[in-house]
Amino acid sequence: MSGTGKRPSDLRSDGLREAGAGQRPDPLREAAATGGLREAARTGEADSSQLALRMSGIWKSYAAVRANRGASLEVGVGEIHALVGENGAGKSTLMRMLAGLFPPDAGRIAVNGRDVTGWSAASAIRAGVGMVHQHFMLIPTLTIAENVVLGREPMRGLALDMAKALIEVRSVAEQFGFTLNVRERVRDLSVGEAQRVEILKALFRGARMLILDEPTAVLSPPEVQELWRVLRSLRADGGTIILITHKLDEVMDVSDHITVLRHGETVATMLTTNATPAGIARAMVARDVVLVSVPATLPAGAAPPARPPLPAAEGASRRRAERAASLTLLQVQSLTVKGSRREPRVRDLSLTVSPGEILGIAGVEGNGQTELVEAIAGLRPVASGSITLGDHDITALHVHRRAALGLAHIPEDRHRRGLILDYSVADNLILGRQASFAHHPGGTFDRRRVLENARERIARFDIRPVDPALPARALSGGNQQKIVVAREMGGDFSVLLAAQPTRGVDVGAIEFIHAQLRAARDAGKAILLVSAELAEILALADRVAVMYGGRIVGLMSRAEASVDRIGKLMTGALEGAAVPA
Amino acid sequence: MIIAFLAQTIRIAIPYLFAAAGGTVAERSGIISLTLEGFMLTGAFTAALGSWYSGSPWVGVLCAVAGGVVFGMIHAVATIRFRANQVVCGVAINLLAIGVTRFFLELAFDSASNSPRVPGFSAGVGADGGAAARSGSALPGLFHNPLIPIGLLAIPLVAWVLYRTPFGLRVRAVGEHPEAAATLGVPVHRVRYMAVAVSGALAATGGAYLALDQHQFTDGMSAGRGFIALAAMILGGWDPMRAGVACLFFAAAEALQIDLQGTQALASQFVQMIPYVLTIVALMGLVGKAVAPAALGKEEA
Amino acid sequence: MTAVTLRARAEEAFLPPIVALLIALVAGDLLILSVGQSPASVLAMMLQGTWGNAYGLGQVLYKTTTLICTGLCVSVGLRAGLFNIGGEGQLAAGGFAAALTGLALPAATPSVIAVALCVLAAVASGGFAGWVPGVLRARFGAHEVITTIMLNFIILAALNWAISTGLRVPETLHTHDVHAGAVAPLASVIPAFHGSAANLSLVIVLAAAALTGWYLFRTRGGYDLRAVGLQPEAAEYGGVRVGRVWTRALTLSGALAGLGGINFVLGYKHYYEDGFATGYGFLGIAVALVGRNNPWGVVLASLFFATLSQGGLAINAVVPRQMVDVLQGVVIIAVAASVPEVRRVMRFGRRGVRAR
Repeated sequence: MSGTGKRPSDLRSDGLREAGAGQRPDPLREAAATGGLREAARTGEADSSQLALRMSGIWKSYAAVRANRGASLEVGVGEIHALVGENGAGKSTLMRMLAGLFPPDAGRIAVNGRDVTGWSAASAIRAGVGMVHQHFMLIPTLTIAENVVLGREPMRGLALDMAKALIEVRSVAEQFGFTLNVRERVRDLSVGEAQRVEILKALFRGARMLILDEPTAVLSPPEVQELWRVLRSLRADGGTIILITHKLDEVMDVSDHITVLRHGETVATMLTTNATPAGIARAMVARDVVLVSVPATLPAGAAPPARPPLPAAEGASRRRAERAASLTLLQVQSLTVKGSRREPRVRDLSLTVSPGEILGIAGVEGNGQTELVEAIAGLRPVASGSITLGDHDITALHVHRRAALGLAHIPEDRHRRGLILDYSVADNLILGRQASFAHHPGGTFDRRRVLENARERIARFDIRPVDPALPARALSGGNQQKIVVAREMGGDFSVLLAAQPTRGVDVGAIEFIHAQLRAARDAGKAILLVSAELAEILALADRVAVMYGGRIVGLMSRAEASVDRIGKLMTGALEGAAVPA
Repeated sequence: MIIAFLAQTIRIAIPYLFAAAGGTVAERSGIISLTLEGFMLTGAFTAALGSWYSGSPWVGVLCAVAGGVVFGMIHAVATIRFRANQVVCGVAINLLAIGVTRFFLELAFDSASNSPRVPGFSAGVGADGGAAARSGSALPGLFHNPLIPIGLLAIPLVAWVLYRTPFGLRVRAVGEHPEAAATLGVPVHRVRYMAVAVSGALAATGGAYLALDQHQFTDGMSAGRGFIALAAMILGGWDPMRAGVACLFFAAAEALQIDLQGTQALASQFVQMIPYVLTIVALMGLVGKAVAPAALGKEEA
Repeated sequence: MTAVTLRARAEEAFLPPIVALLIALVAGDLLILSVGQSPASVLAMMLQGTWGNAYGLGQVLYKTTTLICTGLCVSVGLRAGLFNIGGEGQLAAGGFAAALTGLALPAATPSVIAVALCVLAAVASGGFAGWVPGVLRARFGAHEVITTIMLNFIILAALNWAISTGLRVPETLHTHDVHAGAVAPLASVIPAFHGSAANLSLVIVLAAAALTGWYLFRTRGGYDLRAVGLQPEAAEYGGVRVGRVWTRALTLSGALAGLGGINFVLGYKHYYEDGFATGYGFLGIAVALVGRNNPWGVVLASLFFATLSQGGLAINAVVPRQMVDVLQGVVIIAVAASVPEVRRVMRFGRRGVRAR
C-alpha cells in the first residue's frame, strides 16, 4: 500500500487510501516493495547487504490502538537516520521493538542481515543495539556509575567491583568527551546530563546502533549542539544512529537519511540532501480526508476537496471577528504553569476568546497545551498570571465554582478524566453536576431526574446503544466521547475548553462533534479548541494560535492560516525571530 | 546494671533485626512486607518442629529458613505471577501462618497452645530470659546463643548485599524503576522472587530465635514483632543500618520498661506504642519524610 | 453487546467467590485426608454443627454480625480506593465506648434510649479511629495501610492500659457489666436460638449494611466516594475534593467497624473484654474481598466465613479445628490471586468480542 516510491507531493491521495484500507497487507509483498523503495531513494548508493537494519511489514497493536500498520525501515551502516513523524505516528513503538522490549504482531526485523524478530532486551543489548528513551530509563536514587553498570556489573568475588566500575564508566565517558561526575546521584542531574548518562549506558554496553527517542525535547540549544557533536563522532567511528524526532531543523542539520512515519505506516523515505523542510512537514502532517470535514461518504480514491473558504463563511467569520473585538469571555493573562518537576510548562502566556469564536490552539503535543487547559479548568495550580471568565477572576476558584460560572470542559483524555468508565452512562452524564441531582446536598439522588437527563441527552446527542444503565466502558470510543460532549455541551455554559475533542473516535462521531462545536460557536459561546490534528484546527477555528515550548509562537486568522505555515511553526522551525530559543 | 541492660536490649532486638533486615530486602525490590509477622511465626514453629525431631537446634534453624522461604514463595507467586494485591496477600500470609502453625501444632504435639520443651540455644537460660539477663554473666551469656551474633551481623550483611553486590544493585533498581531495569535486561521478576525468599528466610530465622531461646513454640509467639520490624524499617527510611538502629532503639525502650516494671513510672502499654507512634510521625514527614521505594506495591502495567 | 457485557460483569463479580469456595473445598479435603478422615463425613459434620441445629446457627449468626461490620469497614475504604487495615482497633474502640456508655448510664434508662446512646458512642469512637488515618492521608500523604496498622497497635495498647488500670473486675481483663444498653438475645424473638450468642445486634448491623448500600449507590456522597476510588482524576475533574472524600470514607469505614463492638459488648457478654476484637479486622479484609465490596455480598461472605469458623468447632473431635484458620488464609490468597487473573481474561475476552 504505502511502499511505493512516492514523493511527498503524493501524500494527499495516500491519506485518502489509508482511510479506505482496512485489511492487512501481505508481509512478503510489503518487504519486496520496501526494498524497491529503498533502492529508489538511495539511488544505488548502497545495496541491502550493507544494511545495519531492515524492518519490514511491522504491525503492532496495544489494547485498542494500532501503533504500527505495516511500517518499514531500512538503515545503512554508519549513517544518522532520522525517523520523523507526528506524535502517535508509531515511531517509538517501532524502535522499542527493535530494542527488544516487546515483539511485533507481524513483520520481520533484521540487524546486520540476521533475523532477530522478537528478541529480548538482553539480546538486543548483546548485539550492540542501544536505545535512549524519551522518558529517561534512569533510576534516580542510584549514582551515574550504578545506572550505567546495572545488569553488567563488574565483579570481585561475590561483590560488585565498584572501583572497577568507576574506572570503566569514566573511561567510556572520557572517550566520548562527556564531563560527568560518575559518583553523583542521577536525581541531582540536569536533563542534559541525564541524557548523556542514557547514551553512556548504551556506549558502555558497546552499542554499535544507537536509537535516540526525541533526544532534544528537553535540551537547551547548546546541549543540542553538544549532542550533535557526540552523534557525529559516533558515526565517524562507524556507529549507526537512528534519531526519532519531529523537529525539521534538526533533521536537516544532522541526518543523512530520513524516513517519515504517519499513522503507523512508512509514507516516505529520502536522502536528506534531496529533502526540504516543507516537503518533510507535509509528509508528516498530511491528513486523512475525513479530518478535513468533508462528507464521510466520499468514495475511496477520490481527491479531497481543498476546502475553499466559502464567501458566505468568510463574511460570517468577519462578523464574528468584529464582535470579538468588543468583548471577551475568556481571558488568560501572563499565565505560567509548572509541571511535576517544577519546570515551567506554560510560560507567560496570554490569550483571549470572544463570544461566537473558536480559538484553535495548534501544536505538537507536549508543548504546554495540556497544562494550559488544566490550569484554566482548575485542575492544576497556577504559578503566576490570571484567568478571567466573563467578569470573574477564576484563577483561584475550585473546579465546581468555575463550572457554576459557565465553564465547560471536554478533557483530552476521556479514559482518565472525562469518564468514570465503570459508571453507567446516566451517572457519567451528571459528573460535575452531581450535586444538583440530589434531593439536598449530600443526600439521595433523584433517580428519576438522573434518568430523564440521561434519556434526553442520549437522544439529543445520538449516543448508542440507547441504554442509560450500560457502563461507559462498554461503549465505542465515539459514543464515549459523545457522553462527554453531551454532558459538557448539553446544558448552560458560556466558555468551552475542548481538548482533543475527536481523538480516537470514528468518522461519524467526528462529524457530529464538529457540528456541535460550530453550532455552539454560532450560538455565541466562546470556545478554546486544542487539537494535535491540524486539519481539525483548520476546519473549525476562527483564529489559530500555535503553541511551542509553552508559548504562543504564532497567532493568525483562519484566512492567514495554512498547513505549511502552521506545520512549520509547530515544529519550531519557521518565522525565525518569532520562535523563542 | 548497664551491661545487663545492654544484654537485655540485644536479646529483645535480635528478632527485630532479623525481620527488619529481611523486610528491607523485599521492600527495596518493590514488594510490601506486611508478611514479616507471618514469616516469623512460621519460622518459630518450623524451628521448634525441626529441633524436636532432630534433637539439634541447628536443624531447627534450617527448618525455619525452609519454612520462611516456602511462605515467601507463596506470597511471591501470588503477588508477582498472579498480581494479587500485595496488601491483601500479605494479610492472608499472616492468617495462613497462624492457621498452619496451629493446625500442625495440634497434629504434631497434640496441643492448642504450645510445643513441649525442645532443644534450643542459650543453655542454662530458661524461658525467662529477663531474669538471667539481670544476673552478672549476662553479656558473655549472649554468645551461648549463636543466633545472637548472627542476628547482629544480619543487618550489616544485608547492607553489604544491598549496596555492594550486583544482586543488591538490581534489587534497588527493580524497586525504584522496574521498567528501566528491564530495558537493561535485568530479570525483574526473578530479582523480586529472590528478594522475597531472602526476606522469608531472614524473618523466619528471627522467629527461630524466639522458639529456640525459649525452648518451645507457643501459639502466636511472634506477637506483633513482625510489625515492629516493619515499623523499624519505615523509621529507618528503608536503609538496613538505620532500620537496625531503630530496632535497637525499640528494644532498649522495652528493656527499660521491663526494668521499671513495678515502679509504676511508666505504663508498659505506652512503651509498646513508641514504635508505632514514631512510625506515624515519620510518615507524616514531621522528622524528615520517609520515602518509600518508588515502585513499592505498584501493580505492573 | 449488552448481553455479553452483562455476562462478563456477572462473571467478573461471581467467579472469585466461586473460585474461593472450590479452593476451600479442595484444600479442606486435603487437610482432612492428611489427618486420615473422610472429607464427606467431616463436611457433613461441619454442616450439621452449623446450619443443622439452632444453637450452631445462632453461633454462626453471632459471628456473622461482627464480620459484617469489619467487612463493611474494609469495603467502604476500598470503594474510595483506600485500604483500612485498622478494623480491629476500630472495632475494639467501638466496643469499649459502648461499654463505657453502658456503665455510665443509670440502670433505669429506658432500653431504647440506652441502646441508641451506646450504639452512637460505638459508631463515634470507631469513626474517630478512622478519621485519624483519613486526615493523615489527606493532609500529610501518610499511607493508610501503614498508619491503620500502627493505629491498631496504639489503640489496643491504650485500651489495654485503660482496662488494666482500674476499669476491670479484679483478676480479669474485662469491665463490670453495663447498667443499661443491653441488646436482647435473638432467643427472645425466636426461642429456638436459646443458649447461643446471637442477639438483636444482627438487626442493627443488617440495617447498617442496608444504609451503607444506600449511601454508596443512591446518594451523591456515595457517588463521589466511588468516583474517587475508581478514577481519582476524573473525580477531581467532576469537582470532587479528593482529600475530603478520603477523610470521610475512612471515618465512615471506622464507624462501621466500631458499630461491630455492640455485638459482643451489648449483645453477648454485656461487658468490654480485652482482646474480644482479635482477628476480626483482618478477616474483614477477606469478607470484603469475597463479598466484592458490595454490602449484600459482604453479608453473604460474612455468613461463609462465620460458618467456616463455627464449623471448625463442630469437627474438632475428628479434625483439629485449626483447619479453618488454614482455610481462611488459603481462600484469601486464592481469591486475591484470581481476581486480577479473572479480570484480565474478561477484558481480553471482551476485546475479542468488540473486535468482531
